[in-house]
Amino acid sequence: MRLDWELARRGYRRYAAYPAATVAGLFTNTVFGFLRGYILLALYRHRDVVGGYDSADALTYVWLTQGLIATIYIWGWQELALRIRSGDVAIDLARPVDPLRAGLAFDFGRAVYHALFRGVPPILFGALVFDLTAPSNPLVWLAFALSVAFAIGVSFSWRFLYNTSAFWLLHYRGATVMAMILANLFSGFIVPVAFFPGWLKAIAYATPFPAMVQMPIDMFVGKTSGIDVVEALALQVFWLVALLALCRGALAAGVRKLVIQGG
Amino acid sequence: MGDALAVYGRLVSAAIRSQLQYRLSFVLDVVGMFLVASLDFAAVLIIFHNVPRLGTFSVGEVAFLYALSAMSFALAEFVVGHLDLLNEYVRTGTFDVMLLRPRGTLFQVVSADFRLRRLGQLLQGVAVFVYALSVLDIHWNAGRVAMTLLTVICGAVIFSAVWVFVICVVFWTVEGTETANAFTYGGQFLTQYPIDLYSQWLRRLLGYAIPMSFVAYFPALYVLDKEDPLGLPSFLRFSSPLVAVVAVVFAGAMWRFAVRHYRSAGG
Amino acid sequence: MIEVERVEKRFVAWRKRGALRRERHEVRAVAELTFSIAAGTVCGYIGPNGAGKSTTVKMLTGILVPSSGRISVAGLEPSRQRIKLARRIGAMFGQRVQLWWDLPLVDSFELLRHVYRVPTDRYRANLARFRELLELDPFLQTPVRQLSLGQRVRGELCAVMLHDPEIVFLDEPTIGLDVVAKERVREFLTDANRERGVTVLLTTHDLADIERLCNRILMIDRGRLIYDGTVDDLLARYGAERTLVVDLEAPAPPLDVPGVSSVRVDGLRQWLRFRREDTTAAELTAAVARRARLVDLAVEEPDIEDVVRRIYTSGSDLTGV
Repeated sequence: MRLDWELARRGYRRYAAYPAATVAGLFTNTVFGFLRGYILLALYRHRDVVGGYDSADALTYVWLTQGLIATIYIWGWQELALRIRSGDVAIDLARPVDPLRAGLAFDFGRAVYHALFRGVPPILFGALVFDLTAPSNPLVWLAFALSVAFAIGVSFSWRFLYNTSAFWLLHYRGATVMAMILANLFSGFIVPVAFFPGWLKAIAYATPFPAMVQMPIDMFVGKTSGIDVVEALALQVFWLVALLALCRGALAAGVRKLVIQGG
Repeated sequence: MGDALAVYGRLVSAAIRSQLQYRLSFVLDVVGMFLVASLDFAAVLIIFHNVPRLGTFSVGEVAFLYALSAMSFALAEFVVGHLDLLNEYVRTGTFDVMLLRPRGTLFQVVSADFRLRRLGQLLQGVAVFVYALSVLDIHWNAGRVAMTLLTVICGAVIFSAVWVFVICVVFWTVEGTETANAFTYGGQFLTQYPIDLYSQWLRRLLGYAIPMSFVAYFPALYVLDKEDPLGLPSFLRFSSPLVAVVAVVFAGAMWRFAVRHYRSAGG
Repeated sequence: MIEVERVEKRFVAWRKRGALRRERHEVRAVAELTFSIAAGTVCGYIGPNGAGKSTTVKMLTGILVPSSGRISVAGLEPSRQRIKLARRIGAMFGQRVQLWWDLPLVDSFELLRHVYRVPTDRYRANLARFRELLELDPFLQTPVRQLSLGQRVRGELCAVMLHDPEIVFLDEPTIGLDVVAKERVREFLTDANRERGVTVLLTTHDLADIERLCNRILMIDRGRLIYDGTVDDLLARYGAERTLVVDLEAPAPPLDVPGVSSVRVDGLRQWLRFRREDTTAAELTAAVARRARLVDLAVEEPDIEDVVRRIYTSGSDLTGV
């Protein structure tokens, strides 16, 4: 437990060491927040509700996703794959620390930093300029926070999982790009899953991806309420556990391969 | 001028030869880029699943804008996409080596690479273009065909000029690249949609001051024979070439200023 | 050929003061630098790390603009006429590769030919000559990234000379090379100087480079020129002392041997300093062997750092013979 805390702190500090990069990223997130905001607003020129969202919901969705970009970190994480390729992973495996658990702890520390410095500012900024919605019930805020925490875990597990492809694939980049694309689309990062055509929506909810972004947001804007919130949280936990189990299996298989091939 | 073009051709073919040494990796990259670019268009399609029009624009018209933007951007990325490495060139001393050679520094930096794998993005733009044509009923004539071709080229020039202009910030701060990205990728995202969607101040900043609206929006109005929801004068539809030239002049001036600063302030 | 008059280069540096504030202060990398190098000279430029050598070379080649003072290289002002000057000079930085990494060596030459607009017949003649002198044929078709250090350096030397530069700036060209490779480099540079009259400014830490190649030395320390003269004079005055390092079989008090100027003792090892004109290493070894039983010995030559330190501590800023 103490070790987890230490690792999380390291994760936090690693990103806190580059404030200029954080500010630059924050700027980019804000610019795109404005662009996406106006694009989605255009949908409401002749309609009040689209996909169950009103314009305030849609704008809140935009600014929440912009704030969560860094926190959930769906884009481009290839650290494990690089370490597998270079052989450095052997060092990690030789240590008395479980790489999956260590990675998770480290990522949580990172996520806290990003939530504070690349998450909160754009959301506040968006709230100043636009009319956003926010839950009135403090329990919903709590559920949201919990949901985001689970979302981070689900995202990390997915990243870890597709990184393990480097154990087997020489051109693992292809696999990682595909994995990122799937996650981006089906998590609701690009457009809300509620906007998807029925068949696509069904596919999305059969995957863990909405658990990374859409579920916490739907709680926040009130699309998921009452008992559904508990259900959604439970579903997130299910995906988290399932993905972690897959990671375990992939890691074990990868290690076996390394040992056999002396990689 | 001809000599410069010849040297550029040689330097760039050297870069391309390096990239093609890893054939399979290259193909996978291209496919990957195609798919990543498709995500943005997936958003467009999903949006139009929910509404018949975005402002006054139909799905075909938005697809047309998107295609012009994507193709222009891909072309620009071919030629100057590697400018996000300028930071590296400066840091590793490669830029100093360029200062030792009897050629302009911007010329050398631009000649240093050619991002062939952006082919994936170009193909995606072409695919969307084909889709747009299949959905729209454009009354093609020589003027409109020429305008479309000209627009893609001018759009590429405008994107390139903006890229050069904003990347100069790395001569002052190491972390500049990400901020510069906000303008270039932000600009590209902006031009995928009709600019009348955006608020006035955003339009003024990213549409006119940084002249992104001339990449696709205004020329498209001419080709689509569409009334401008913003009600702006129609000569703007033919202004892309002029805007491109002005953008290049600004970019060149900024570069010269930035390199002068670098040579005074030291490595 | 090269004229430097009261050149100064100031940099602005920021020092952190607490969490958020920064304090601006000025660093003088080079101050009151004045010297001139005639055409056809092979000049060594030496000094400790951080002394201002690379800053000077950057100003001479047009990479950096001086804060004040006047520089003239081949009659041109480097800061204002960079491109014109670039045609007439060549430069090679030991740590930085100027060739195209992924391409065969010969392709780099071809590209440079076009970048520098070298006439075809000159290019062919030069390439043929350098291929022979530097023995490039075995690896002419090999990608630069696969070359060994020695091969890469030879390739770069060829690249530097292809366009017939009048002046060549070399920054530690022999660093990391074995003895044979170093010899080859030196021969090549001597040939370039003698046959083509190329002026060479050579930055190096290797005293042997200086001794073999240079007829002139400039020494810089902390931004100031502290020596400007010939090599012989430098060695005679400051490079004269060598050190014999002996490992004895049993501890002994500092050996008292004629010709030795100072002795340092550390356990079984003793360092005996002596001047060239006073004795030789061979004589000294024999003398020591008569007084104690030797297990091992070595001879240390003075290095540039040593020489610089001596010049500096001698208290005088000698400029010129």
